[in-house]
Amino acid sequence: MAKLPSISIAIVGSGGAGALTTGNSLLEAACAAGWHGLFTRTLGPQIRGGEAAALVRLAVHPVECLPDRFDLLIGIDWLNAHRFGSEIKVGPGTLVISDPQGGDPPPMVTQSGARVVEIPMKEMAKAIRDGRPNMITLGIAGRLLGLSIEQVVTPIEKRLADKGPAAIEASQSGIKAGFGVAAGIDFGMQLAPPNARATRRWLLSGNEAAALGAIRGGVRFAAAYPITPATEVLEWLAPSLAKVGGVLLQAEDELAAINMIIGSSFGGTPALTATSGPGLSLMIEALGLATSAEIPIVVVDVMRGGPSTGIPTKSEQADLNIAVYGLHGDAPHLVLAPQSIGDCMFTTQWATYLAETLQSPAIVLSDQFMGQARAAIDRPADVAFIGARSVATDIVGAYERYALAANGISPMAIPGTRGGQYTADGLTHSERGIPTSGTADHRAQLDKRRDKLEHFNFGDHWATVEGAGDVAVLTWGSVTSAAREATGRAAADGINVRLIAPRLLLPAQPERMQTALDGVKRILIVEQTHGGQFHRYLRAHYDLPTQVRVLNRPGPLPIMAGEIYRAITEWR
Amino acid sequence: MSTVDTRLARKPAEYKSDIKPIWCPGCGDYHVLMSFTRAFAQLGLPPEQIVVVSGIGCSSRIPAYTNCYGFHGVHGRSLALAAGLKVTRPDLTVVVASGDGDGYSIGGNHFLHACRRNIDMTYVVMDNRIYGMTKGQPSPTTEPEFDTALSPGGTRVRPFHPLVVALASGANFIARCFSGEPNETAAVLVEAIKHPGFSFIEILSPCVTFRPDEKSWKDLVHPAPVTATTDPGKAARRIMTDDGFNLGILYRGNREPFQPAIGATGVDLSELEKDFEL
Repeated sequence: MAKLPSISIAIVGSGGAGALTTGNSLLEAACAAGWHGLFTRTLGPQIRGGEAAALVRLAVHPVECLPDRFDLLIGIDWLNAHRFGSEIKVGPGTLVISDPQGGDPPPMVTQSGARVVEIPMKEMAKAIRDGRPNMITLGIAGRLLGLSIEQVVTPIEKRLADKGPAAIEASQSGIKAGFGVAAGIDFGMQLAPPNARATRRWLLSGNEAAALGAIRGGVRFAAAYPITPATEVLEWLAPSLAKVGGVLLQAEDELAAINMIIGSSFGGTPALTATSGPGLSLMIEALGLATSAEIPIVVVDVMRGGPSTGIPTKSEQADLNIAVYGLHGDAPHLVLAPQSIGDCMFTTQWATYLAETLQSPAIVLSDQFMGQARAAIDRPADVAFIGARSVATDIVGAYERYALAANGISPMAIPGTRGGQYTADGLTHSERGIPTSGTADHRAQLDKRRDKLEHFNFGDHWATVEGAGDVAVLTWGSVTSAAREATGRAAADGINVRLIAPRLLLPAQPERMQTALDGVKRILIVEQTHGGQFHRYLRAHYDLPTQVRVLNRPGPLPIMAGEIYRAITEWR
Repeated sequence: MSTVDTRLARKPAEYKSDIKPIWCPGCGDYHVLMSFTRAFAQLGLPPEQIVVVSGIGCSSRIPAYTNCYGFHGVHGRSLALAAGLKVTRPDLTVVVASGDGDGYSIGGNHFLHACRRNIDMTYVVMDNRIYGMTKGQPSPTTEPEFDTALSPGGTRVRPFHPLVVALASGANFIARCFSGEPNETAAVLVEAIKHPGFSFIEILSPCVTFRPDEKSWKDLVHPAPVTATTDPGKAARRIMTDDGFNLGILYRGNREPFQPAIGATGVDLSELEKDFEL
């Protein structure tokens, strides 16, 4: 029996079959037992019903990307499995568990060379009072991976605590039956034992991490308009803000949400909203207002497939253009992108700090993949980035809200401060804030707003720069995790590849990028867009070596580590 | 409007800035500005404790002409901006200024939800039944037959009834004023600001440039023959059936304003991490 550092499991079923509950419970069981793990889901647009698949990767080390191929695929039923066949890769090494009552496995399974074992999970569930097939599935998966019955049962007991002892007993019986039937199956592999925990571990989604980062950075007001896949940011903030004396207000639309946070911040309370592409489109005008009036705000955009309504439940990186270039006029602002679930916390906290310090709107580009995925991660280290706005106090004489300070950052008077009265304005204004259409004032304020961002020292957090060598993979966002796994595999083959992933997209950091690229002759750009938006962004802001290749593909299929690895190794 | 309290706690001039308005000579909005400064003086509020929030249009220029804090934001969104400000700073007095285009057309949705939300603020709409800043296009309150370059022969579309909409949506105080009566308007503003919850004042404010016909409003307006009711049913009948020139406080509701608890709770941020602890 091979003891592997990482094993991946896909569980599919039609809506209501419980595939997602099974996947989440498996993740919780393994992570409580000390393994690392990642859970993502793929599902159709139906509110309930339709197709659903839980994708779980368990490992002895931190994991934040999907495997090239799944080791175990369990079909509770195959009714709608063809709809996401392309997203679940299986092969000759894969064990497929199939319920003969659940229809025939789709061609992606039968033509893959995978070994298929039939187990009548529905039939077995019927033998248990209130039994459900997905608990049999959970037992099978737990047994095959090498977990104990206790380890698998504990998270289910927690989940069902409020449903009473009968429900818990039915699930326990199902899990035990699953363990029993799986004892006779030769899977041929097991998870290697987990490493001892060096730090406390968290199990959370990127959306939850972003929300926590915002509160840590000082956010005490959020405005919310629900949108997939960003809603969890707001749903976690609603009770959490209340606990720390803040407040979340549900807005009537995204136009209201962004203006509410501008109002809150104008009044001195750091503020955030979260949305996805269609909502960001509606917020763009007010982002320009916050730029002109120099009001700090944070907008978390959890990207989904676009344009228009696109694919709300699946990931893409195609909001880069609108985030960077969407504002009318010359409107310098901050754009940041986290690179993992844990980094959603850091980057949103840092974005809050930067917005407050630089009196600028900040857009945080997360995406559906890391936003809605859950992973067990080592608790991120505390960082000292807590919003520190330059505030005008003890004002004597005429107050100039938009005074041309040397660093471009002029102290902001907060309502209630005597002598600081001014009108924040989207109109071109003078240093005092008085509307003007004069050339000199327009130019002076444009310069001020550009310089305060461009002259700021953003430090080493601007990007992830790892490894050495004359080949570099240049990527961003959640694709960074797959790229890191690919460069790791290449390194194991003796091919040194640099990984460069900017976390700060605006303002661009040409000098730092030049240093990061020092000695690099070839660049592989990797991004999840159809139009190569990141490639074009890099071309616009940076000097790149002459040898450039681009690996880009739109959603919903994630870019896998294996594809990046092949693109590296085949380019010799 | 029989008893107008004109006692002043401070001087109106304390609330006026030195910026010269861009309004046309004779514009009704000058008088609205006068009503603002007079009402603030009557209330005796320190200017730095007042925020005047607005959107876009002639009326929305008003914040900078006061000596209060101001926010001249984007078109139609002043109520949303004010909501975010007031719930996080309930200590401030928030007055929102708008016009019939800014407030009823592009900002229409926010009007409904601001009434419904009932946050303690005062919403003043200077209604001149025309887009003045863009030089004379029909607004949601323009008469159907009014001829403009954008609507030759008139829009032939029924005007919007802001007071009825406000009542149906849950506004807690509803009044109509005329800019040509600044003292009476100031008195209503004082009542509106003092009244808890969302107060809505429609001020008929003539546009002498694109609607010279509105100069006749001074002869049409008249004080409401009865005092304000607290009964929304009665208020609805009154507002639905009056001639549109009935001035005064027409409705005073008694809904609790919306104000969530805010401020330090003593809970350490590490408490929040417990949600994720393995």
